[in-house]
Amino acid sequence: MNVPVLARWIEAAGIPTVVVTMMPALAEERRAPRIVGVEFPYGHSFGMPGDRVMQRRVLELGLRVLAGASAFGTRVDFDVEWPVPLREAYRAWQPAEPSPIVKKMLEARRAST
Amino acid sequence: MIVDSYRFLPRSFRPLYEGRGPFAGEEGPVWAPFLKRLAESRIALLTSAGFYVRGKQTSFDLDGERDRPEWGDPSWRAIPSTATDLGVAHLHINDEDLLADPEIALPRHLLSHLASEAVIGGAVDAHVAVMGYQDRNLRDWQSTTAPEIAAHLRSQGADGLVLAPA
Repeated sequence: MNVPVLARWIEAAGIPTVVVTMMPALAEERRAPRIVGVEFPYGHSFGMPGDRVMQRRVLELGLRVLAGASAFGTRVDFDVEWPVPLREAYRAWQPAEPSPIVKKMLEARRAST
Repeated sequence: MIVDSYRFLPRSFRPLYEGRGPFAGEEGPVWAPFLKRLAESRIALLTSAGFYVRGKQTSFDLDGERDRPEWGDPSWRAIPSTATDLGVAHLHINDEDLLADPEIALPRHLLSHLASEAVIGGAVDAHVAVMGYQDRNLRDWQSTTAPEIAAHLRSQGADGLVLAPA
């Protein structure tokens, strides 16, 4: 949720930006200037490891939106489904152990029940 | 097709992200027009996957985050387009695929390839990595990191930046 804000500050410094993101709705809320949405698991903005064709398609779309968007808030979504079953992909992106903040939230939830 | 922004997010996390609105003070439009042709433009990449160059740069401060779970290291790293041994410092995602193929988050080689095909004019010599998990107010990013990254991009002659949240 922070990178769209960083994009705004860099854009305000005079450098055009595009955010390629798994959470384009959030990038819109955070008012990123140009957005490309991908329905990929976290950590995989440009696609599957080793899949140069998919990575190229995403990067080229990002470049086209960067250079060709005519107005603030332009969003274009990448129309390709992640080629791994959802349950498997959902598990695969997550770290082996919860992050410190998630751990803290889980502990707080346990303590309140 | 409209991307489902919450497809891979645990259901209980969704309220933490959805409907939060703009960041305070960042409600209005901001716009730098892209004036050149892409084939004449130098492009830079930025990832929030927490990449650093092993043996040459320090990792992002994960111990600090373990000590203070609401805090994330606000610093940044310049990642040379030719650097070979990248580490990942990010406690919120599985780093296995990122280490196996860093191009999934920072497609440096692909960008250089597009330059060789004249799709773009060129790629910067050093791209940018940050660690995406930050404290809520983003004070250090706003006061220090963003201006430093903008200055770095200007010194690299970047005409545009592709940012990829991890």
